[in-house]
Amino acid sequence: MSTREEILNIIEKNSRIDVHELSVLLGAEEILVANELRSLEEEGIICGYHTMVDWSKTSIEKVNALIEVKVTPQRGLGFDSIAERIYKYPEVTSVYLMSGGFDLMVIIEGKTLQEVAGFVSNKLSTLDTVLSTATHFILKKYKDHGTILTKKYEDTREIVSP
Amino acid sequence: MRNPIGKKVVDIKPSGIRKFFDIVLETEGAISLGVGEPDFDTPWHIRDEGIYSLEKGRTFYTSNSGLKELRTEVSNYIKRTQGVTYDPLKEIFITVGGSEAIDLALRAMIDEGDEVLIPQPSYVSYEPCAILADAVPVIIELKEENDFRLTAQEVLEKVTDKTKILVLPFPNNPTGAIMEKKDLEEIAKVVIEKDLYVISDEIYGELTYSGKHISIVSLPGMKERTILINGFSKAYAMTGWRLGYACGPAKIMEQMIKIHQFAIMCAPTTSQYAAVEALKNGDDDVAMMREQYNHRRRYLLNEFERIGLPCFEPYGAFYVFPCIKKFGMSSDEFCTRLLKEEKLAVVPGTAFGDCGEGYIRVSYAYSLENLKAAMERLERFISKL
Repeated sequence: MSTREEILNIIEKNSRIDVHELSVLLGAEEILVANELRSLEEEGIICGYHTMVDWSKTSIEKVNALIEVKVTPQRGLGFDSIAERIYKYPEVTSVYLMSGGFDLMVIIEGKTLQEVAGFVSNKLSTLDTVLSTATHFILKKYKDHGTILTKKYEDTREIVSP
Repeated sequence: MRNPIGKKVVDIKPSGIRKFFDIVLETEGAISLGVGEPDFDTPWHIRDEGIYSLEKGRTFYTSNSGLKELRTEVSNYIKRTQGVTYDPLKEIFITVGGSEAIDLALRAMIDEGDEVLIPQPSYVSYEPCAILADAVPVIIELKEENDFRLTAQEVLEKVTDKTKILVLPFPNNPTGAIMEKKDLEEIAKVVIEKDLYVISDEIYGELTYSGKHISIVSLPGMKERTILINGFSKAYAMTGWRLGYACGPAKIMEQMIKIHQFAIMCAPTTSQYAAVEALKNGDDDVAMMREQYNHRRRYLLNEFERIGLPCFEPYGAFYVFPCIKKFGMSSDEFCTRLLKEEKLAVVPGTAFGDCGEGYIRVSYAYSLENLKAAMERLERFISKL
């Protein structure tokens, strides 16, 4: 496995790791790791250092919904221009072009159900190229980005063994 | 009433680990780096196959040798990793962990008084199993100056007319030492010259960090003199499933299977179905775990250097074996004090043979967060000495 791939594997799970520790884990020179990180950022392979927050454990209300969107692709532009019109809304957190029964998967985040519903009916559905939408509200997140949210790891091994 | 206990068993020392285990249990709030098994759960797709086999009602004995499908997968695995072909019907059988295979191999091959060469420090069971088989265990003390590898010279020094078996425990628990091809070639030469047999315990074979593990069976003339022992515990994080296997010449396997069928009948059926899935589709899981272990290994070595704990660089298993001689304490004393004063449990090197004196075994089958917390305690302890 290349250093590059290993760096990505590690920081995808732990973006707070510093260059020194990263270089220890990889058995590589610090300067080399720092350079690699910089080029990964410049090439847009590393797109950000976000934190995963389980908002449901706070008192702050958040509503997430997946919206299946069917659209009419435009001549010469395909889906890109309509996708752009959609992703520019700040309440949209993700937009994916999909294979299968619909075209775009739009993930949105709002404070309340009404807010999300309002976005779909006032903004999304009224776009010229949008043919139809189907909105699915997320009720509970069990696992997100590879992390199980519902229970903590517990070490149940015998405390000493040969 | 007559003494119910046989003398041979009484004379065997209980495992040094057991004694230490009891002390650790009494220590509240202790964190342990004393575990000899992976911290990962068995990968889900493997567990799922086990569950599925139960749902389908696969709850009966398998043949004594184990599922044919599993033996075939074992054969394929050795073929693709070592380039050696074993007949799944006659040269492979499935055991209850690698440890059963160790016991059986010794019992099947030993006549009373035969000598068995056992390099130490090493896993706790070789010596007692040899004694129970009426063999005379002859210990070879591995040395840190050789990176705890076994040298041909060391074997030659201990070989006598009575020597029949050489135990080859690499990648090694507790030192983490490995044997490279050139090391094995020299050993093989002596083995053939002195007409010995080898019991090669390769349970940590998937966990090496400087290139692929090489088995002695891949060297010319060695397949016919070697019992290759491996299992699923370490590579696939399946310790609790109790599943291993032995491969070797048909005439030896026949005798081992004879003992196995009377003592054990067959290895657990559920585990065997799960193991088929492990061998078929588990390579990526092993690679992922190996990568994690390697990060932790590097982290610990770096920490030891920083806090002034000398340690040779091990390239296998998931243990490091630092030297504590400079603190002027025995391993036992060091570990007991570390546990009492900082509530950190590591295993004294002496649990793996007398020549482990002056060393401690630190396991890195723990998350990095765990290791960091432990290193804080270790650093504080050392700075007080």
